[in-house]
Amino acid sequence: MKQKFTASSLRQSFDRRTFVVGAIQGGIGLLLAARMGYIAVAENAKYAMESESNRVNLSLIPPRRGWILDRNGAPLASNKADFRVDIIPERLADKVGEVNALAGLLKFTPDKTQDLRDRLAQAARFQPVQVADGLDYDTFAAVSVRLPYMPGVIPQRGFSRYYPSGPSVGHLIGYVGAATKEEFDKEKNPLLVTPGFKLGKDGLEKQYEQTLRGIPGARRVEVTASGRIVRDLDTREDVQGQSIKLTIDAALQDYAARRIGLQSAAVVVIDCHDGGILAMTSMPCFDPNTFANGIGRIEWKMLNEDDHIPLLNKAVRGLYPPGSTVKPLASLALQIHGVSPDEKVNCPGGFQLGSRFFRCDARHGVLDMRGAIEHSCNTYFWTMVHRVGYDAIAPVAKELGLGQEFDLPGVNQRYGTIPDSAWKMRRYKQQWSEADGLNAVIGQGYVLVSPLQLAVMVSRIASGRNLVPSLLFGKPRQPGPTLPMSPEQFGVTRDGMFRVVNQSGTAAGSKLEIPGITMSGKTGTAQVVKLTSRGAVSEWKARDHSLFICFAPSEAPRYAMAVVVEHGGFGASAAAPIARDVMTCLFDPTKAWADLLAMEKTWGGTPAERMAAKYKAFAAQYGASAPTAASDAAVQAAMTQPATTEPAAATTGVITDVERGEGTQASPGPAETSPPPSARPGAQESSAQ
Amino acid sequence: MARSFIPEPLATLPWRVLLALTLLVAFAAAVLYSAGGGAMYPYAGPHVMRFALFMLMAVAISYAPPELVRWAAYPLYGALIVLLVLVEALGHISGGGQRWLALGPLVLQPSELMKPAVVLVLASFYNTLPAGMVSNWRSLIPPALLIGVPMALVLLQPDLGTALAVAFVGAIVMYLAGLPVKWFLGAGAAGIIAAPLAYFFVLHDYQRERVTTFINPASDPLGTGYHITQSQIAIGSGGILGKGFGNGSQSHLAYLPEAHTDFVFATMAEEWGLIGGLFVLLVFGVVLRWGWNVARRSPDRFSCLLAGGMTATIFFYVAINMMMVMGLAPVVGIPLPFLSYGGSSMMTNMICVGSLMMVERWSRKIRSPGLS
Repeated sequence: MKQKFTASSLRQSFDRRTFVVGAIQGGIGLLLAARMGYIAVAENAKYAMESESNRVNLSLIPPRRGWILDRNGAPLASNKADFRVDIIPERLADKVGEVNALAGLLKFTPDKTQDLRDRLAQAARFQPVQVADGLDYDTFAAVSVRLPYMPGVIPQRGFSRYYPSGPSVGHLIGYVGAATKEEFDKEKNPLLVTPGFKLGKDGLEKQYEQTLRGIPGARRVEVTASGRIVRDLDTREDVQGQSIKLTIDAALQDYAARRIGLQSAAVVVIDCHDGGILAMTSMPCFDPNTFANGIGRIEWKMLNEDDHIPLLNKAVRGLYPPGSTVKPLASLALQIHGVSPDEKVNCPGGFQLGSRFFRCDARHGVLDMRGAIEHSCNTYFWTMVHRVGYDAIAPVAKELGLGQEFDLPGVNQRYGTIPDSAWKMRRYKQQWSEADGLNAVIGQGYVLVSPLQLAVMVSRIASGRNLVPSLLFGKPRQPGPTLPMSPEQFGVTRDGMFRVVNQSGTAAGSKLEIPGITMSGKTGTAQVVKLTSRGAVSEWKARDHSLFICFAPSEAPRYAMAVVVEHGGFGASAAAPIARDVMTCLFDPTKAWADLLAMEKTWGGTPAERMAAKYKAFAAQYGASAPTAASDAAVQAAMTQPATTEPAAATTGVITDVERGEGTQASPGPAETSPPPSARPGAQESSAQ
Repeated sequence: MARSFIPEPLATLPWRVLLALTLLVAFAAAVLYSAGGGAMYPYAGPHVMRFALFMLMAVAISYAPPELVRWAAYPLYGALIVLLVLVEALGHISGGGQRWLALGPLVLQPSELMKPAVVLVLASFYNTLPAGMVSNWRSLIPPALLIGVPMALVLLQPDLGTALAVAFVGAIVMYLAGLPVKWFLGAGAAGIIAAPLAYFFVLHDYQRERVTTFINPASDPLGTGYHITQSQIAIGSGGILGKGFGNGSQSHLAYLPEAHTDFVFATMAEEWGLIGGLFVLLVFGVVLRWGWNVARRSPDRFSCLLAGGMTATIFFYVAINMMMVMGLAPVVGIPLPFLSYGGSSMMTNMICVGSLMMVERWSRKIRSPGLS
């Protein structure tokens, strides 16, 4: 039936439809009320939490790092209050503009600006990138007031790591730096990406990271949606990390490092009472203070182009032929194998082995064991090792610490080689030859040791005890099993070493100039390359390594030391004076420092000053054109891998008598075999003094 | 009764509704006071001032005689169409589209006025349309044009919210005018088919995003879903009693966008909780119920449709805004009547209230027993 539309039907339909529409509206009203009730009541807890997490921003305060102290409580690594600026790359609105603005405010040189751009390019989005630290208040304030125009830039007050003696402790303590992505992925700790947080990258800083780190503080702040802080809600103070105390003597460590001067050298000093390491330094070194800011391109170029290899810790990772410094050891080994110290050997200027003549430094004439040490006579030791065999000496060398690795925290060691017949068979599938023994007994041939091992050796000879080196103060290591030498046998060796310095021996020029205290020692000179290759390498690199081991006071040894100067020439000329001065510093610091400061004037200042001057020169020359600094991993690799720039030395050819410069005899030796491939300085068997 | 002691012009005002509205605006002033950082300026003071001003305007409107209103329907509508075209031609860019027309010190938003104007012109059209013609499809053409032309102009701005409002109130007036239900069902079906087409071919990118995020707000919580997410956090964290006056962190710390305009309900709910929300709903219920009562009691077809359409206009604002802030509708820029800060929306809604008061006055004067 068709609906009829009239005015009255329309009015009825209007009434009906207003009711329908009204009902629908009422329904929607109820729906809204129900929906609101659901959100506000049923889901209240969830939304209240979300609102709170909107409102409150929890930011971590990087904990102050524990100090690293020396044996007297002086800081080797401390913290200093600091104004710093970081960037969170993710939050930058205008990367290019903001970096340029910051560079202008902070008065960056072009190379520094480029370093910052590189760091930004490499950083993960969430990872804070350090712009600068150690700012003065005015600069800091200048950045702070411009914050509204520079989102993602975070200025803050904090603490930064400070190494008072800079390069002197670089290799020993390591350095700190911002966490890498790999480190964050491993630990998954939000602290690692907190701006301003640094963790240990090398050495003790890395080894004792968890001890030194401390507990981060936290600040709860109310923030607006745009990240502006409205007010602080509450703050929990950080807990400073625990400090660690070392056996190191900070003043001595600094002295030793600075006394090395322009040389490339390592000095290790050990306490003969408990084996504690008093100083262990390798110079030149990087400055851990500047490493903490990320390694700049200029610095990286400087470190890489330096033929003194500053990134290598030569004290524990440099391997050198010990030369004549192993003769005291040999004398002990000979005694326990039945050689009487009073037996005399005639030195006619060399030793005839079959058809070959091994040349000594001089015609020493008739010498007993003490005299052989005093005058560093090779003929005596060749004669004796010909009698007992080197396999009788190698175990004693190992007992005295050579070829050994020591359990020292944060120290990445290489243990070198003490060869014997079994080793040669294993390594080269060759029989041990008589000539091998002759070379080894004078610290050449296959023998490679580190300065630390030499220091341990001399500490054991000096004390007569099997001292184990330690680095943590108050936790000396128990000495190992009693050494198989009698006090009398030690006495003979020490007597020889006393005569080296205090009578007509090879280091007579390096007597201690302190009344009542004498030093005993032994020089060593290790030839590096054969003559014929000298044209191919620089003059400096062709020079012999200079070594010296010593202890003092002679009659009641307290301190033992090893010094290795790379390419320093004769043992008596480079290493012994350094050892004498460092030893002087232990007994008469006033005199020692006065001498050093006078020397530093001629060297161009302290190591830190010299590095600064060099940096300036490099920056002026290369500016931002220097290649970009390497990643953490590359720096680590550079530090832990031996430099292999020098060619492996051939083993035959004419050599000089290094001590007197007169020899022309072809050297015997392991002909047609290459030297141990691990030989960093391209060690060459040769005569030694 | 107390009324006898009050002068006649005052006594004839719908006091219950006006009281409820005044309470609501006072409440809104408190919310805006808080949203303005605990100050009368810039939001709360002007809001109250505007309410007072537009209330006077509404009372003035309520005295308009039916003849004048009927006569003025088409000229007013025509003038607004001209203004809309002017906006297109001269209006300056603001807030994503050209909506404002600066006439000296007065800033006019013609699209806002268009909503009551469409109600007026359609009521006028169906009043003059012979009853027999209502179900004739040819009679659809004039109202389609009356709704379509302003819609098209508003869409050009582009202002999807207002265009939908014009369409909605137009449709409601036509429904109330007695058009066959099957037409609405057909239009609904066509709409369902057309919606996806419009989504892909008509909507702007930002509008499309709003629809997408309405369907799944979590898809982009920091981007376009941000509004809905933050609004729900504000309402939800308020709980039953709210966080207390001046303690709304979502609005004070600027997590809630448009805290004083489109999302003022969320701002309110955060500080006043479910109780505040129910109060707002109650006031709107009172106002809308009054509106329908006025419509039903109206003496003639014109005032019936006018009152019904005006009520629907208010309802549209309320429903869409509240559904939007609670995550039941996509984000469209539609303010909440009497609560959102803003002159245009206050004016439109007070025009609707004024028109309802006017129709009520007519019915009181005539009191004729209907047209049948």
